[in-house]
Formats: sequence, structure tokens, C-alpha cells
Amino acid sequence: MRSNLNFFSDERFRSIFFQTLVVGLFALGIFFIVQTTAYNLEKRNIATGWRFLSDPAGFDISFSPFLEFKSTDTHLKVYFVGVLNTLLVSITGCIAATILGFLVGIIRLSSNWLLSRISYIYVEFTRNVPLLLQIILWYSILIQLPRVKQSLQILDVFYISNRGLYSPRPIFESGFTYIFIAIILALISSFFIRRWAKKRQDLTGDQYPVFYTSFGLIFIIPLILFFILGSPMSFEYPEMKGFNFKGGLVIRPEFIAMFLALSIYTAAFISETVRAGILSVTKGQREASAALGLKQSWIMRLIIIPQALRVIVPPLTSQYLNLTKNSSLGIAVGYADLVHGFGGISLNQTGQAIECMVIVMATYLTISLTISFFMNIYNRSIQFKEK
Amino acid sequence: MNEKIESRKPPVATTGIIGWLRINLFFNWTNSLITIFVIYCLYQFVPWILDWTLFSADFKYNYLGQQITNQEMCSRNLDPENGGACWAVIYVRFYQFIYGFYPREEVWRVNISYVMLAIALLPLLITKLPYRKIFLNFTYIFPIIAYFLLNGGFGLPDISTNKWGGLLVTLVLGCTGIALAFPIGVLLALGRRSKLPVISMMCVLFIEFIRGVPLITLLFFGMVMLPLFLPEGIDMDGLVRVLVAVTLFQSAYMAEVIRGGLQAIPTGQYEAARSLGMSYWRMNFQIILPQAIRISIPPIVNTSIGLFKDTTLVIIVGLLDLLGIGRGTLADTNWLGLSYEIYFFVSLVFFIFTFGMSRYSLYLEKKLKTGINMGAD
Repeated sequence: MRSNLNFFSDERFRSIFFQTLVVGLFALGIFFIVQTTAYNLEKRNIATGWRFLSDPAGFDISFSPFLEFKSTDTHLKVYFVGVLNTLLVSITGCIAATILGFLVGIIRLSSNWLLSRISYIYVEFTRNVPLLLQIILWYSILIQLPRVKQSLQILDVFYISNRGLYSPRPIFESGFTYIFIAIILALISSFFIRRWAKKRQDLTGDQYPVFYTSFGLIFIIPLILFFILGSPMSFEYPEMKGFNFKGGLVIRPEFIAMFLALSIYTAAFISETVRAGILSVTKGQREASAALGLKQSWIMRLIIIPQALRVIVPPLTSQYLNLTKNSSLGIAVGYADLVHGFGGISLNQTGQAIECMVIVMATYLTISLTISFFMNIYNRSIQFKEK
Repeated sequence: MNEKIESRKPPVATTGIIGWLRINLFFNWTNSLITIFVIYCLYQFVPWILDWTLFSADFKYNYLGQQITNQEMCSRNLDPENGGACWAVIYVRFYQFIYGFYPREEVWRVNISYVMLAIALLPLLITKLPYRKIFLNFTYIFPIIAYFLLNGGFGLPDISTNKWGGLLVTLVLGCTGIALAFPIGVLLALGRRSKLPVISMMCVLFIEFIRGVPLITLLFFGMVMLPLFLPEGIDMDGLVRVLVAVTLFQSAYMAEVIRGGLQAIPTGQYEAARSLGMSYWRMNFQIILPQAIRISIPPIVNTSIGLFKDTTLVIIVGLLDLLGIGRGTLADTNWLGLSYEIYFFVSLVFFIFTFGMSRYSLYLEKKLKTGINMGAD
């Protein structure tokens, strides 16, 4: 009895004992779940395995800008279309939310009382209303737009109706490859020019007009090349045929609603982190740079923002993650993303809930981890480096 | 030598209304231009929105003085030139928005629960409440009373949860999710910081998994996969299945917030507790957690706001919360086309709750900043 007690009061023994106990209980739980699930699946005649991925889906997807999708295509293709749609709305949403968020965050700190009040009201209203409600509201506004026949025209090439936004689709001809190569070369060389200019400025103090050089390289030279090669790009214009438009590029109202709601909602949160970041830079920094005679816009760009970014980036990462996860709400308006296409329709048709949900969850985990990984690298690159 | 010095002009006023206007609105000419532009935009927009929401809106009667019972009787549908919002839809469907399809003769049970919820929240929100201890005891037993009161039992007829709806479902999901997630979150946070490698690894995996996937996939998990995991005969109610998913989701976020609080506790506190001979659990529950939770209350309130907004997702798996009732009303031919009124009302209800919570969290943050500094250094 006595020796037994001593044994149990030994911390190492206790730690091993409890951990084995937890692992044992966990394994038992898993075993129990697997057994009942297998039994339930068999009883309900639900197939298992991954064979359903190569079966024809048998339904159409209305919005698939990257891959051509027919109803005879497989469930695997549904998955890829879904992933691409999720990524499309997440990436465009993140970009728009960042721009809008920085803008609103800076305006919030503006010395103009009216402007800062307005951005405060914007932030409070969008932050405190559920995102799903905002998505549905945007969608209901968009589908109340005029019908196709009476669609609004902008410059005779864009048509806005309750079926979405129709715009000309660019068609690239063979010569366009050269222009594409020229743009990529220009991007790479302007990156190196920027590095060289910074080094030169550090050494001699001379400034080099990096912006204008890069602008010329990236836009002007390809434009000249474009005309030399005889404009190797044409546009396919949307044309009214019967009850709908044929041809052209279509942006569906589901996508526009998702894009608007996600970026406006997330921008409110980003603007708050931007505001906190800018406020975290001490007043002395601003005063010191003003004393050196820097312009107001330079103070912001060269002194305040780089220091504020250290505070901004970690919460910004979590906002990007939130936006990506929130893009799964597309199911409420029928945006064919991962959850709606593969986790919704495919799941209902095949009944293979476990396989579909495992794939969907694993994909979201992968996307989340990838975003965290790259944002961590970026975060490390802007952190204060002590010499 | 005795020249008279010209008297200087008085400085530009920086006080009073004129001074305030000069500093805040007309500081320089760009600022003034922006101000004038913004005022112009507001002048265009604000009267229109006020007119639509209030002055030419119908509340119960249309402009002919008839009581509105369907959308055709709304002033703006009778005469497009005349009339703004048609709030009569909210008036007519108010019962459903607040109680769902709860039977009318039993609705007193919901009303009592709402009042009791308010009383139960009082001691949590106000720390200086007189007789706080007694109120707290009521808070602890409130969930049990509310469960039997809403669900039935002890002679009260059973009301199936598929009759619940509107604000009732929103509040049940929000409150139960937050209340259940809190203890689980505390345990997960302790587990994540545990020195036992297996336990901390399991907690990390659980937390990171839940935080890496969207809530909607967890709701699907609760709806389609949970029934497969359970042996025959155990039939789970739809609301309970959703609650399981919501609680799992919220507990992972709660755990991270509490972990933040735990990390802020200096090691001296642990060492002091240990040197007094306290066991692990006693140290955590009597020394560490009370301090850690106190400083993590503002972020706890913030994640709770998030959850409260996220409860709207349950409409995707077929539950009728406030937004679900709104959409249901829109699908009714009697009220077709009144989407702006309905979404405005639902947004307003959510806004009142979440804005109140965020104000409260700000107030707590301010109070904590001026409060005692737990001997951190």
C-alpha cells in the first residue's frame, strides 16, 4: 500500500500513466466510432471508397471561368472547379479588402472630422452585421437589377443586368506571346533596377526615378511592341441573341455579391488593424521626419507605414485566413465554390458524406496553412532587424 | 528710441465652435474642399434615406389608412411615387421573428426565459451588483431551468425544437455555444500549455484543425456525419447537432484567447503557488486562471461577438434563426419583394446586440488598463 502510493506520487510515472490513459481512451473512442460508422454505412447502403470521384457528376456548374465544365464531367472535376472558384473569390477579395482597408484606416485617422466619422460609421456598421446577411443583401440587390433585355449599358461594351456583368472577352493571337514575355522581362528588370537604385541612393544619396522607369518598361514598351506586331489581340463582344447574351466575358451576380460582401466586411476589420498599427508608431517619429523636412506623403510612405506594418501584418494574416474561410458562405447564394459544388451537390448525389467532407476540410486546411506560411515569411522580412 | 510697437493681430481662434470648425473641417484648402464635397454627398443621401425609412414609410397602415396585410397593400406598391419602406411586414410577422413557430398559448415560457436570461446576465456584466453572489447562483442554474421551460417536462407539454425559430434560436445558439465553449476552451488552453507531450500535441492538433476549417464545414459535419458516428437508437435533434458543431468551433477560438491570457501571467505566480505546495489543478484554478481569465475577458467578448454573428450560418443547414425567418417571410407570396425592409430589420437586431457587446468589451478594456497591474514585474 505504502510503496504503491509512493509510486503514484512520482511525477514521471504519473505523467506516463496519464498520457497512456488518454491515448488509450482516444484509441478506444476512435475504434468505437469507426465500428458504428461502418455498421451504419452498410445498413444505409452507402458506398465507401474514392471510386465516386471518377463518376460523371450529372449536373451543371453555372460559373466556371477557368475550366470548361459539362454535366458529363467527373466529380473530381467538380472539386477542381470548386477549388479554383474558392481561390478566385478569396484572392480578389483579399486584394480589394487590403486596399479598401488601408484606405479606410488612414481616412479614419484623417484630421478632417467628417471623413473620420464617416469611416467610423462604415466600420461599425459592417463589423456588427453578420457577413452571411451582407452576402444575401448584396445578392438581392444585384438580382433586382433590370432584366437582360433592358440591361444597363456602359460605353456600349459593358452590360449590367440581373444575370451579371457582361464585358468583352480578350482573345490573344499568336503574336501576343512576345508581348507577354516583354512584360515579364520588364517586371524582373524593374525589380533589379529598384534594388540597384536603393543601393546607389544609400551610397551617394542620388535618387533615381524608379517609378517612371518601371512604368515605361512595364507599360510603354509592351504597348509599342503591341502596335509593331499589328495588335495581336482582339475582343469578342457580348451580343444579344434571343433571351440572353452570347459570347463575351460574364461575371455572375453570385461572384459579384460574394466579392463585394467579403471585401467590404473584411476591409472594416483590416482598417481597424491598420489604425492600431499607425497609432502604434510614436509621435516622435512623425515629428522627427517633419523636422528633417520630409513631405507629408513621404512621411507616411517612408517612415510611418514601414514601422506600422510590423504591428499590422500578424492580424492581417488572420484576416486573410478569415476571408478565405468565409468564402465558403457562397453556398447561400449558389456560388459554386468548394463547399457548394463538391461538399454540397456532389455529397448529396453520391451520399458519400465522409469522403466529401474529409476532402473539403483537408483542402481548407491546406489553403490556411499555405497562407500562414507565406505571410510568416513576409512578416519575418519586415520585422525590425537589429544590427 | 521710444518707438511705438504696432499692436499684433489677435491669434486665429482655436477655441469655440469657429475654432473647432477651423481645426477639424477647414484646416487648409484641400481639407475644406473635401468637407464641402462630403457635406454635399450627405445632403444628397441622408434626406433620401430618412424619407425612405421614416417619413414616407408605412408602419401599420398605408397612406389610404387601411391596415396592411400583404405586400400589395404597401403604399409604394399601390402608388410607386408615394411611399417608402413598408415596415408592416415586421409588424405582422413580429411574433415569428421573436419566437419562431412556438405555439402561442405556450409563449409565456419563452418570455419568462428571455427575462431570466437578462437577470442571469446581470451579475456577469456588472461586478458591483448588490447581492451578486445570490444572482450568480441563479446564473448557474438558469440553463437547467431554461432547458425544461423551453423544451418541456415537469408537466409542461413538450415543444419540439423544430418549432423554435427567430430570435429564440439565435439566442439559444449564441448563449449555449458561448457558455459550453468556455469550460472546454479553458481545458484546451491548459492542455496546450501542458508539459505532457501527448496531451499538448492532441490539444494543438484539435485547436489548429478547428481553426483551419470554415464553420460551415463543421455544421455539415454535425448534420451529415455525426448521425453516422452514433450507434442506432441515439437520435440527435437537429438543434443539438448544430450546437455540438458550434461549441466545438467556439471552444477552439476560446482556447486560443485564454492561452493568450495564460501567457501573460508571470512565472513567479506559478513558482509561488508551487512553493506553497499546491497541486497542478489547485494552482491553476485558484491562482493562475482567475488572473488569466480576468485579462482575457475583452477578447473573450470579441470572439463571442464573432460567434453571435456566425449563428446565422445555421440557415444553410436548415434551421430557422432570425435570418432564416426573414428569408422564409420573403418566400411567402404575401410579402414578396420586401427584402430591404426585412434585411434592414434583421441587421438592426444583430447590430443592437453586437454593438452593445463591443461597447462593453471596450469599457472592460479601459477598466483593465487603469486597474491593478497584477504584480507583473
